[in-house]
Amino acid sequence: MSTTIALPGFADPVDEAQATFRAVLDAMARPGRLHRVGERLTAPTPLDPATAAVLLTLVDNETPLWLDAAAAAARDWLAFHCGAMIIGAPHGAAFAVALSLPDLDALSAGTHEAPESSATLILQITALGTGVGYRLSGPGLREPAMLKADGLPAGFVADWQRNHALYPRGVDIILCAGTVLTALPRSVSIEEV
Amino acid sequence: MPDALPPDQPNAARRRWMAVLARADIDELGDRLGALPPYRVLRGPEAGLVMVRGRTGGGGAPFNLGEMTTTRCTVRTDTGFVGHAYVAGRNERLAQLAALADALLQDPIQQDRLLEDVIEPLAATQQARRDTVAAKAAATRVQFFAMRNMRS
Repeated sequence: MSTTIALPGFADPVDEAQATFRAVLDAMARPGRLHRVGERLTAPTPLDPATAAVLLTLVDNETPLWLDAAAAAARDWLAFHCGAMIIGAPHGAAFAVALSLPDLDALSAGTHEAPESSATLILQITALGTGVGYRLSGPGLREPAMLKADGLPAGFVADWQRNHALYPRGVDIILCAGTVLTALPRSVSIEEV
Repeated sequence: MPDALPPDQPNAARRRWMAVLARADIDELGDRLGALPPYRVLRGPEAGLVMVRGRTGGGGAPFNLGEMTTTRCTVRTDTGFVGHAYVAGRNERLAQLAALADALLQDPIQQDRLLEDVIEPLAATQQARRDTVAAKAAATRVQFFAMRNMRS
């Protein structure tokens, strides 16, 4: 067993995991809406509390997890608290954690028979609520919603629209920054404004 | 049984003290550890179920005997040692104390003293308890070979 784990997980595992799950569910249903999670959590470097809370809630020993090179420092903490099966290549991952946008094509987009088997990308960015504006439209949004995010690369919208075009296949993204999260389900269409 | 482990196993010493701690009496363990150093709980103590597996006779194929309640806990001392404990039942205080004792026993400075003052007396108590039960059971043993001899 690893002896390098220095930080605990949720202080109250049931309540905090349920609250985080509810936030993720609501974020997926109403893309672009911001939710606060993980405010009581001390996250391991380099993860933010929101990222760590989402991982503690969703990842377990049945969901292969891929970490990008920058997130790999949190490996021991994730292996211990989530019991996560950490894999070396993004292709087979059910969840992927990245601190910078990875190649979305490398992640599993699911199949037409089982589109739910696609990967969910948990992308940690600099800030949500400030920065570049994006207009979101699609299911769950009666009017297009505005999302401000800081830390997404210049080619993100083009990458995303290619992913969106795969619908019902495609990758879902949970954006995390600090203690804030929002979600971009594959059904949402994004324009930069 | 803690004493039945092969001695050449890596971590055999730690496996032995973890087994002794898991079976310890909470009050005796508390008394023997004395004053506790500062530490932080990393996980639990939390109760859950583990599947106990047995082996059938002859072929030795594994089968699921049933689930049992266990409580686990992980702590980290301020000196950086991480200790784990898994104990049978729902004794959360014992799980936490056993995890702390496991962490302290990994500290080379304290290990010899703790083995002598905590683990050995606890192991002796447990062995005495097992011997008592074994003696009571032995007194009721039926000597089946006598019946076989009677028939021949």
